[in-house]
Amino acid sequence: MNEPKLTPPQTGIWKKYLNDARPFLALALLLAVCMLSNESFRSVQNLLNITRQVACTGIAALGMTLVIIAGGIDLSVGSLLALSGVSALMVMGRIADPRLAVAAAMLVSLGAGIAGGVLNGLLVTAGKVPPFIATLGTLSIFRSLALYLANAGTLSSSNEFFRETGSCTPLGIPLATICFLVLAAGFAVLLNRTAFGRHVCAVGANPRAARYAAIGVGKVQFMTYVLAGLSAGIAAFLFSSRLNAISSTDAGLSYELDAIAGAVIGGTAMNGGRGSIAGTVAGVFILGIISNALDMWGTSANLQGLVKGLIIIVAVLIQRQNND
Amino acid sequence: MNADSSPLLEISGLTKSYSGVTVLDGVSFEVGRGEILGLIGENGAGKSTLIKCINGVTAPDRGTLRFDGRPYAPSIRNALKKGLVTIPQEFNLADTLTVRENIFLGRELKRHGFLDSAAMREETRRLLEELRCDLTPDQKVSELSIARKQLVEIARALSRDCRLLIMDEPTTVLNPPEVRNLFRIMRAMRDRGISLIYVSHKLEEVREICDAVVILRDGKFIERTPASEISVREMAERMVGRELKGIFPPKNPLGPNAPEVLKVEGLSQAQTLHDISFTLRRGEILGLAGLGGSGRTELAETLYGIRRKTAGSIRIAGEEVNPDSPGKAVRAGIAYLSEDRQKAGTIQSFGLAENISLISLRKYCSRGFIRTAAETEAAERYRERFRIKANSLRAPVRELSGGNQQKGALAKSLDGAPRIFIFDEPTRGIDINSRGEIYHFIHQLAADGMACLVISSDLEEILGLCSRTAVMREGTIAGFLEGDRLTEKEIMYLATGVKGAEK
Repeated sequence: MNEPKLTPPQTGIWKKYLNDARPFLALALLLAVCMLSNESFRSVQNLLNITRQVACTGIAALGMTLVIIAGGIDLSVGSLLALSGVSALMVMGRIADPRLAVAAAMLVSLGAGIAGGVLNGLLVTAGKVPPFIATLGTLSIFRSLALYLANAGTLSSSNEFFRETGSCTPLGIPLATICFLVLAAGFAVLLNRTAFGRHVCAVGANPRAARYAAIGVGKVQFMTYVLAGLSAGIAAFLFSSRLNAISSTDAGLSYELDAIAGAVIGGTAMNGGRGSIAGTVAGVFILGIISNALDMWGTSANLQGLVKGLIIIVAVLIQRQNND
Repeated sequence: MNADSSPLLEISGLTKSYSGVTVLDGVSFEVGRGEILGLIGENGAGKSTLIKCINGVTAPDRGTLRFDGRPYAPSIRNALKKGLVTIPQEFNLADTLTVRENIFLGRELKRHGFLDSAAMREETRRLLEELRCDLTPDQKVSELSIARKQLVEIARALSRDCRLLIMDEPTTVLNPPEVRNLFRIMRAMRDRGISLIYVSHKLEEVREICDAVVILRDGKFIERTPASEISVREMAERMVGRELKGIFPPKNPLGPNAPEVLKVEGLSQAQTLHDISFTLRRGEILGLAGLGGSGRTELAETLYGIRRKTAGSIRIAGEEVNPDSPGKAVRAGIAYLSEDRQKAGTIQSFGLAENISLISLRKYCSRGFIRTAAETEAAERYRERFRIKANSLRAPVRELSGGNQQKGALAKSLDGAPRIFIFDEPTRGIDINSRGEIYHFIHQLAADGMACLVISSDLEEILGLCSRTAVMREGTIAGFLEGDRLTEKEIMYLATGVKGAEK
């Protein structure tokens, strides 16, 4: 016999609103505290800097959010960023015309990202390898390939147009920030307003019920990995163009952790089925502001990881409490 | 019966409600020592809740229990300590462990701090011998048949110095020789002074094995009577009460010219189905009866593309189809209402509207975007049509009652615009009002030309809804029944194999 749950009806919708609002309230509070307590924090330049600093992990976090909502995880995004960047710079080095070279770099960057995502997606869906293991494997593979191609060093470009592209600030706003926000809007529409987005939630919440409802569970999961790969590719282009270089050892290192953290702080359920892009954006900004503020307060850089770690754990604890 | 005539378990005034729905209403009765007590009632009568209140899985709102003459506060721990063991329908065995490891799970015998495998093996062997079964202590549980897993559960209960054993529908999954073996063991336990509560829908068996019968209806205690003084017919009547008679709408006569919608010929599926043939006509409600494990759900899943057929043909309106995915089945016009409402029928965290549009979402999209207003409007129509009690179309359906969830699942399948509708246990665990409504909807659908296939373990439901019924046994159709021959008895004969296949 299936007894109805004890929760009385009607509470659900309000509880849902409150849950959804939580990351934004936290962000607003954090922003207010930092702005009031530190003069240099509230300068426009610093605030824009923060947006630029979080843009690359933020873009990776967008793809990650879809993957996690669909019930998966992608640990390989940081390595894939490095591999995409290295591939792009290698191709760019062989093309003489600067504009053509940048266009090629963009295509290679995105292409490599998508290819990495396709590999992850195939391993998880066709190969039925658990996502954690599959992407742990590709994390190692992508990084290793990047190291091999760049001889474990930094690839620099002498293409000034590449640097100009990466550091341009239309309307005074860094390109990376603009890309992050535009992509975030696109992903939000994709998740909330399209059949694909609905299917992503359904597959993560209950793959069996999704299958019975004639949803191609494997296809949906596959596409989330491809989108995560694409995000990593876009981030790679923005990252390497601003520096006009890419380090095969450091680029994208532990981005997967920041991306997962951003999603989780933003209210995405680690076991899938629920989450929002706006929440992830808030989560990414919370992490970025904290590390910026810790810098300003002169906290040891070595302790920043501790604060970040605590915040992630607290976010998950709050989520758990709510679900019980 | 034991010489000590005081009861072993005294239940008085047990009351329990969920979300304002009273599931148990002041139930009081006693379980004697060395007695096999049958506990019967319709789905939703409160049997499962009563058991959960006794074994401490859930706490009653009101009422008291006394065990062995002393007040007894049920908790899972306390129940086991007092020797009150429950064997649930879905066994509690760790499949990857051996028989011995399962029997001693959580209270392993130790010597000098290490596991004493030899002693546990010896004790297990003794228990298995007592049950006279040919299991060995080191067999993996995953390799055992369902009947043998049940024996492992019983052995585990015995090893715990069980004084009261509660068995929930133990025979649904057994064939007749296995049932006889189980009854032999039950009688042996009774003769050793152990009391048993036996929950079952199979009234003939209840009459055969039980000393006394307790009947529950709509959460209320109806009566306790010696099994020898009540007939199967009387049991059924008192379980159902008078009000249920009107729950089934009158059957619609099927026109002689109703066209064939579904024609299945020689259908086989790997190990589960063998050479199945039947036809389903427009507006017909065909029953599909059989014991658990006879292949009914597997047949539905094969038609719906969850499983792939290995032989045979499926024709819909004369055209051969090969549904190898649910998507293809839906496009071919098949709908399937799963027996597992919570795990397969609905997405519990989704609202009613999102659940209803799950199959047919494309219908509500324009240029790739979901038109939320159209989706809400459709959900609203279904809410009215099926009288779904939900305050919000967007609040998670897990907050709705089972009956309302089921109506939501029904709406979802219907929104895919099917021609053939397969209902798998459509009213399992659903309150009596929703049941009546669901029967009514099925009738209405059939009257509008839907070809319906109703899978049910509830014979009352089969008899009340269907004018023709296929009975399955061991992956084949053992026979079809209609007219005067469509009776509970004939169905059981075919289902259990007492009578051979007649087509």
